[in-house]
Parts: sequence; structure tokens; C-alpha cells
Amino acid sequence: MNRRVVVTGLGVVAPNATGLENFRSAIRAGKSGIEKIPLLEDLKFACQIAGIPDVSEELKHQYFDELTVKVLKSTGIIYGSIAGIDAWKDAGFDVSSDNEIDWDSGCVFGSGLTGVDALRDAIYGVDALKVRRLGSRIVEQTMASGISAYMGGILGLGNQVTTNSSACSTGSEAISMCYDRIKLGKATRMLAGSCDSEGPYIWGGFDSMRVLTRKNNETPEQGSSPMSEEASGFVPGAGGGALVLEDLDSALSRGAKIYGEIIGTAVNSGGQRGEGSMTAPNPDGVRRCILQAVDSAGISPNDIDAICGHLTSTMGDVIEVDNWSKALGRKGTDFPYINSLKSMIGHCLAGAGSIECVAALLQLEGGFFHSSINSENIHPEIEKVISKNKIPHSLMEATNFDVIAKSSFGFGDVNCCIIFKKWNNN
Amino acid sequence: MEREEIKNKLAEIIKPYVQDMDAFGNISETTDLLQDLKINSAHLIDVVLDVEEAFDIEIDDESVEKMITVKDSVDTILACVTAAG
Repeated sequence: MNRRVVVTGLGVVAPNATGLENFRSAIRAGKSGIEKIPLLEDLKFACQIAGIPDVSEELKHQYFDELTVKVLKSTGIIYGSIAGIDAWKDAGFDVSSDNEIDWDSGCVFGSGLTGVDALRDAIYGVDALKVRRLGSRIVEQTMASGISAYMGGILGLGNQVTTNSSACSTGSEAISMCYDRIKLGKATRMLAGSCDSEGPYIWGGFDSMRVLTRKNNETPEQGSSPMSEEASGFVPGAGGGALVLEDLDSALSRGAKIYGEIIGTAVNSGGQRGEGSMTAPNPDGVRRCILQAVDSAGISPNDIDAICGHLTSTMGDVIEVDNWSKALGRKGTDFPYINSLKSMIGHCLAGAGSIECVAALLQLEGGFFHSSINSENIHPEIEKVISKNKIPHSLMEATNFDVIAKSSFGFGDVNCCIIFKKWNNN
Repeated sequence: MEREEIKNKLAEIIKPYVQDMDAFGNISETTDLLQDLKINSAHLIDVVLDVEEAFDIEIDDESVEKMITVKDSVDTILACVTAAG
């Protein structure tokens, strides 16, 4: 049986907006969520700007009981849970502690280093010989699968409940894994998402590697400039995104709103061979991944109308655009439109893929393509490959794109590509 | 510290952990923390830690295991407070 997989719910907590409607408005407006972070300055970071979601105490109380609000130190779990609960409700499902368990629904909810603040408390406690005072809520926040454990309990999921982790491709990979599970008939619907926390303990290593921008501490909103000549390193971010993936028959039978169809995915690794390494992608791996996704979707490379790139605002952008061009066999004015959400929100690490896929679906469904802000001075190496008109500097309306491709790449030379198709009721 | 005072303070501490608020409304010395108030057994250790902090005492493992009802808990706290002088 050839099952089809559609997206019936979305939720997001991003540096430039919390909640789906706010996020839609923010990306349409090209709103930056990057700010100067005084703590990073105090701690002598070279990069002192970042994208951190705005989640008030009041908002937390709408999603968690009082006790959990009090003990929850992992902001990644907070962002991921809010996004996941929103997506589940958006898909039309009940979220209450006494709802019945759903054996056909599960989740793959990825994370990076979400529990680091809880872990910090635990380390201080243990070293001060106060291990008996750590309490019962440290493990659930520091285990890698903390976020999927929270989601499984809050939503009452009875199918597979797990966390994946593949650096900056985590979110897209979670979607690919959920897609596979539904295709195989092992689940009817899956919550796919990812999240990451913010903070100096997560970002310090990147700062030391000099992969974060150091030139924009006084101009934070211009700090993330993917595909631009000014791109000088990524801006760290945090947040969470979630999508409800569902078997088409199930979605149709319950009259669910459909944001789009997932028609193909691919996940691979460049093996850290050739030009690939721990930190750089092997171009052969990237191109194979893109082509495998296109093949699995049963479309031609020419059918892709637009690309929501990984595009982090580093020298890697030049390589990524070149890889897309070579993989699809398209260049100049024939190249698809391309943008980068990271221009507004920075790089949310493990959270990036899912947040960016939420944006891709909003654009596909809403018939618009957001501005890739701060890209006015296109990198000359990129302009040699694609026409500058393919990178929007302002909101494109009434685009009516049929197919959008989304890519994510991560440390460890891992790649993921997802192909979304507009839902036309056929 | 009076028994009644300890009981009231204890009720305030356990309130956020209680999952059956009706039972909490009818709380008495015979109320069972897990069975009646439906406190998650994993969270019982957090109640103990909060009690230790609020009363500035330390409850040994053996006593913790005996804290099944409100009465047991008040007795344990009272003993610790008295011992601490």
C-alpha cells in the first residue's frame, strides 16, 4: 500500500516570534529576532549577539503545571513542548492529562544539548557533596530524550516516542524519520520536531572555534546575513518547532486542515571523506542527498520552485548554493528561488531544521516567499552561480509555488533534504 | 513548634504536588500522601527536600520511608524539630 504523508499541524517557538500566527507575521515582515546579549559580553564572548525566544512566565503557565514551571530549567524542553502542544492542538487533537492513550500516534522529537542548565545545577550540587538534594527532576531534563519524554506524557502518545540527534540537521531528520514510519504503516500520525536551549555553555565551543560572527556586536539585526558578501559567521539561536505528520487517509477522513504533502525525503552522510570533515560537508554527500530526495519524490529537478536553504551566514553558503546548482543541474535565472530563515533568527542548532520546515510549509500553503534579509550584497561567488533575482530582498506575494525543497546539514558531515508539495486536494 | 502549626506548614508544602485537589480539601491526619492525594511517588523525594528546607532539618532515610500519611509526616517532622532543639 502506497501511503501518502501530509502535514496537519504546526507549532513554533522562534527567536522572532512565539506561536504560529505571530511567526507567520514575523517572517512575512522580515522581522529579526537577533539581539545583543549582555551576558555574552560579560563572559568575554567574541560574539555577543544571539536569537533567544521570548517566553514569559505567564505563557509557561498555560502549558505546564506550577510545579513543572518551578523546576524546569531546560529552555529547550520548554520551547519544544510549547511548539509540540501547539502543533497537536493545531491538528485538532485534545491535549489534557486524562485523554485516552493513542497507540497509533508517536513522536520523534530531536534535541541537541537542551538540559545544560539543569546539568550545571546538578554538577554544582554533586561537587558540593549535596547529591541527596538534587531531587527527582534532574534526570528527565538532562537525558537526551527529555523532550520526547515530555511530549509523550503530555500528549498521551502510545506509538514510538524517541529523540534523534544529528547536530544541525536534527529537526529535518526527525521529520524524515516520522515520514518513514508512517509510510511503513507503523504509525498513523507522528509529531516531528526538534529544539535546543540557549546559553553560553552551548555556544562557548562555537565561539572558540571562531564560527560565530564577531563583527556585529553593535548591529545585531544585521549579524546574520546568509549568501551575503558580509557573511562572517553564524549567529547562535535557540527555539523549537513541531509538525504533525499524518497518513493522508486519516487526515482526509477527519477533515483535517492540510498544510502540504511531504513527497520525498533523504538522509545521508558524506562520511567525512574527500572535502568532508567533522565540520565541513563532503559536496558529493550533499548532492547525493538532494538527488535522492528528488528521486524519492518522483519529480524532476526542474519541478523545484524554491529552496529554503540551510544557509548559515558562513563561507559554507557559497558551497551550499554551488551544491544545489550542481545537484539540480540548474543555474543563473533557471535556478529556483532561494531564501534563508536564519537571516532573521540565526542558527537554532538542533532546533533549526524543524523551525525552518514550519516556515517552509507556511510559505507553501500561504503562497508567499519571505525575504532573505541582509543579503543585498550577494557574495560574488554565489552570483557567479545563480541570478541575484532568485534571492528575495523583500516579501514575494502570490508565489503559488508547487514544490519547495528544504535542506539541513550538520556537524559530523550529515545531511537531510525534504521535499514539500502544495496540497491541491488531489 | 506546635503540631497544628507543622500540619498547616506541611499542607502548604505538599499542595503543588497534589493531583487530587478534592482529597486535599478534606485533608486530615489519616490522609495517605500517595493513595489519597495521588502524589507521584517519584516526587515524594522532592516533598521531603522541601520539608527539610522549610523546617531546617534533615530527615534520615529510615524516617522518610515511614512518611506515608499526614500523621506519620507530622510525627517525623516534630521529632526532628524537637531533636534539633
